[in-house]
Amino acid sequence: MKQLLPHPILTLMLLGLWLLLVNSVSPGQILLGAVLAWSIPLYTARFWTAQIKVRRPFLLLRLAGTILYDILVANVAVAILIVGPRERIRPAFIRMPLRLQGNVGVSLLANIITLTPGTLSASLSPDRSELIIHALQGDDPDAIIDDIRKRYEQPLLDALEQLELKRGVLGADAEPPHGAESAEPSKPQ
Amino acid sequence: MSILNILMEILIAVLILIGAGFTFLGSVGLVRLRDFYERLHTPTKATTLGVGSLLIASAVFFSWQEPGWSFHEVLVAVFLFITAPVSAHLMAKAALHLREHGETSLPTETTLAKHDGEAAISLGAEQARQNGLSARAQGEGAIPEARR
Repeated sequence: MKQLLPHPILTLMLLGLWLLLVNSVSPGQILLGAVLAWSIPLYTARFWTAQIKVRRPFLLLRLAGTILYDILVANVAVAILIVGPRERIRPAFIRMPLRLQGNVGVSLLANIITLTPGTLSASLSPDRSELIIHALQGDDPDAIIDDIRKRYEQPLLDALEQLELKRGVLGADAEPPHGAESAEPSKPQ
Repeated sequence: MSILNILMEILIAVLILIGAGFTFLGSVGLVRLRDFYERLHTPTKATTLGVGSLLIASAVFFSWQEPGWSFHEVLVAVFLFITAPVSAHLMAKAALHLREHGETSLPTETTLAKHDGEAAISLGAEQARQNGLSARAQGEGAIPEARR
């Protein structure tokens, strides 16, 4: 089972991707998509050094809803900042200690922070314990960190579990967390 | 023309106007904001809400006008939402690096040769890491030499 279907989530996503790409749900396309979605993870299995386990999928869905809502609200807020007087923009760099571990979780969090306007993830420490955030309105760094913690980091912590797979040559550099390079978040999903 | 048609057209027009408005505000931000990091904020705004509502308008229009549904646009949004933050992150990171270290000269021939050899031979994780660290330490030592 594990050998035949190494990454079930990836398979589902690929099938969805294919159906969206051809814009049709005819039986033929579903069959073709299923074959592709089954064979591509098998063929590329050696690239994936870690596997993600979603413990609570509904929490992730709710997180997606929160993000969409925040994008709407924050976009309007930043638009007002841009049009308004310049003195009201007080940018600041904020250091945020991360509780999240694992490259998928951290890269998701960094992406979310950048997607919501007003905050931008600028740099990640090599040991992935700290994220530097640039905020357009950084008067109250603690409130911003608190907000990110509560709204995004906690659901990610609860919902995701990363299992390290040691396999082949690539498995060898499947990070001890103090990897040699400053770890740029990759996007395995 | 029925009432439904008029309503659909109004909906699509409003979505397109919202999208155009936010994309425009993103460009205004590029002009009005003062430094590099502030300016990085505005493209994320244009891609999220601006392109987002344009894509919704496109999906609604083609699902309505042509037979069958049109959900291509979801893919555009997904790829945009994945790639835009990554490029913003890399640019911010590069800017921070330049600010901290200034413009460094290119690596010397010897450090380049070392990294080549390292990639060719696949070592165990611990060994590779140590080699990487020592190569980097030597590389840092080599920079002042190259400057002379």
